[in-house]
Amino acid sequence: MHFYQNYIALMTIIRREVARFSRLWIQTVLPPVITTLLYFVIFGHVIGRYVADMGGVTYMQYIVPGLIMMAIMNNAYANVVSSFFGAKFQHYIDEMLVSPTSSLVILVGYLFGGIARGLAVGIIVAVVAYFFAPIKVYAFGLMILVAVLSAALFSLGGFINAIFSRKFDDITLIPTFVLTPMIYLGGVFYSIHLLPPVWQTISLFNPILYMINAFRFTMLGVSDIAIAPALLMLCGFLIIFFMFAWYLLAKGVGLRN
Amino acid sequence: MKALHIEHLNKTYKNGVSALKGISFDIEEGDFFALLGPNGAGKTTTIGIICSLVDKTSGLVKVFDVNIEKNWPLAKSYIGVVPQEFNFNMFETVENIILYQAGFYGMPRKQAKIATERCLKQVHLWDKRDQVARNLSGGMKRRLMIARAIVHEPKLLILDEPTAGVDVEIRRSMWDFLQELNASGTTIVLTTHYLEEVEQLCHHVAIINRGEIIENTTVKDLISRMSSESFILDLSAPIEQAPLITGFNLKLIDAVTLEVEIPRNVTLNQLFMHLSQENIYLTSMRNKTNRLEELFLKLVNE
Repeated sequence: MHFYQNYIALMTIIRREVARFSRLWIQTVLPPVITTLLYFVIFGHVIGRYVADMGGVTYMQYIVPGLIMMAIMNNAYANVVSSFFGAKFQHYIDEMLVSPTSSLVILVGYLFGGIARGLAVGIIVAVVAYFFAPIKVYAFGLMILVAVLSAALFSLGGFINAIFSRKFDDITLIPTFVLTPMIYLGGVFYSIHLLPPVWQTISLFNPILYMINAFRFTMLGVSDIAIAPALLMLCGFLIIFFMFAWYLLAKGVGLRN
Repeated sequence: MKALHIEHLNKTYKNGVSALKGISFDIEEGDFFALLGPNGAGKTTTIGIICSLVDKTSGLVKVFDVNIEKNWPLAKSYIGVVPQEFNFNMFETVENIILYQAGFYGMPRKQAKIATERCLKQVHLWDKRDQVARNLSGGMKRRLMIARAIVHEPKLLILDEPTAGVDVEIRRSMWDFLQELNASGTTIVLTTHYLEEVEQLCHHVAIINRGEIIENTTVKDLISRMSSESFILDLSAPIEQAPLITGFNLKLIDAVTLEVEIPRNVTLNQLFMHLSQENIYLTSMRNKTNRLEELFLKLVNE
């Protein structure tokens, strides 16, 4: 298959993925917006009034980057895990497997689909946040980079989860028992400097802390973590996850007998 | 040129089940080929390996002289496959299913739209193009899978029990369509449980049993090997017992139905003549089972 044909196959997967989550917007786009709206109202507006400034900004402003990032991560993951597992479950993944589309193109297609949904929901959440607190952007280019890289990493996580899943329960296990606690403990709602020293040290082993703080830095210019190691770590994880997902797909793990 | 070349193909699953035991066969370009066998014989495994959905343990598969392992993108572009089970997105529209498939084969969007219209019209689903696939009837779903398999104009079309669970009218129209496709140059490989289908459509047949090819010949040759044929005769008036006619084994099923086994070297006229002499007249007659079916059962049970 020539480069142009691969490009067409890639665009087909992306088009299908975007059409899928757009068509299902009541299930895919609306719930995270409502959830985030509730976070803004409860934590930001109601409770936030009684919380002191954090990192030199109001508490409401402080949680905005974390909530946007949380929406990006959750949605990028959810898009790929549900879409790829759905294709596996209904066996229409075979449509791609019998075609000349390469494993790399399939992986990148799903990856872009996840990034698209992550960013789409992230932007909508940012618009909602605008009604509660002034949106600041400290480093625009870096902000986009961190958002895209994080969405990509979580898309790959969703892809790997879907490959190993055999039933619908399996696609909810990791998000419920691993990702949600890690995101909540990753500094969405607080600075780790508020924690006792031992918990501060434990928090440093949570990779999501680095992503949320990197994104907070690009919006507010404040962070618990230095931006350079955070970006490096993000890139490192991205490469590892990508290579692993590609290997699994090329080997046909969970797909071919 | 050989459309398909299979050499010493082996497949042993992780649970130790040996599905294919070194099968070899060739299919010539333009052939209409039947792969027959009882359930679990290895038909679907063979098709799975050709289509890259199942990894072989050893052996060689070439499609139009292209090794499916060495140049898989080219080999895959030659093949279209209609699987046994429905494997499309039930929540997608009919048109999008075909359009996306064309895209996976690298067909530009404009060209894909034209090809989609052509294929959906060929299988009489164009007026259903905006419907979600799950709302289609069983026969329509089968036709949708055929349209999807031919959208990239494959040189080799593989159909795994395409008419299973399809009513007679749709089955006949699918036969016509497949015959047209074959006449236009597409090589077709078919697995089916309907032996009548093989007799009507196919030129060559291979019978696979317990992972081994036990017969590979022309359909005509296979039929010519039958030593006798059984018929059911419907009588115009009831009789009390089956007549005794030398050379024929007649059995009374009920008062107006006879079963007869006729050796291949004896003509039907001889039977009719003897029956007339006995004042027994027929209103209709039919094969007891499909002719190939008898032979097939004999071969797989040997």
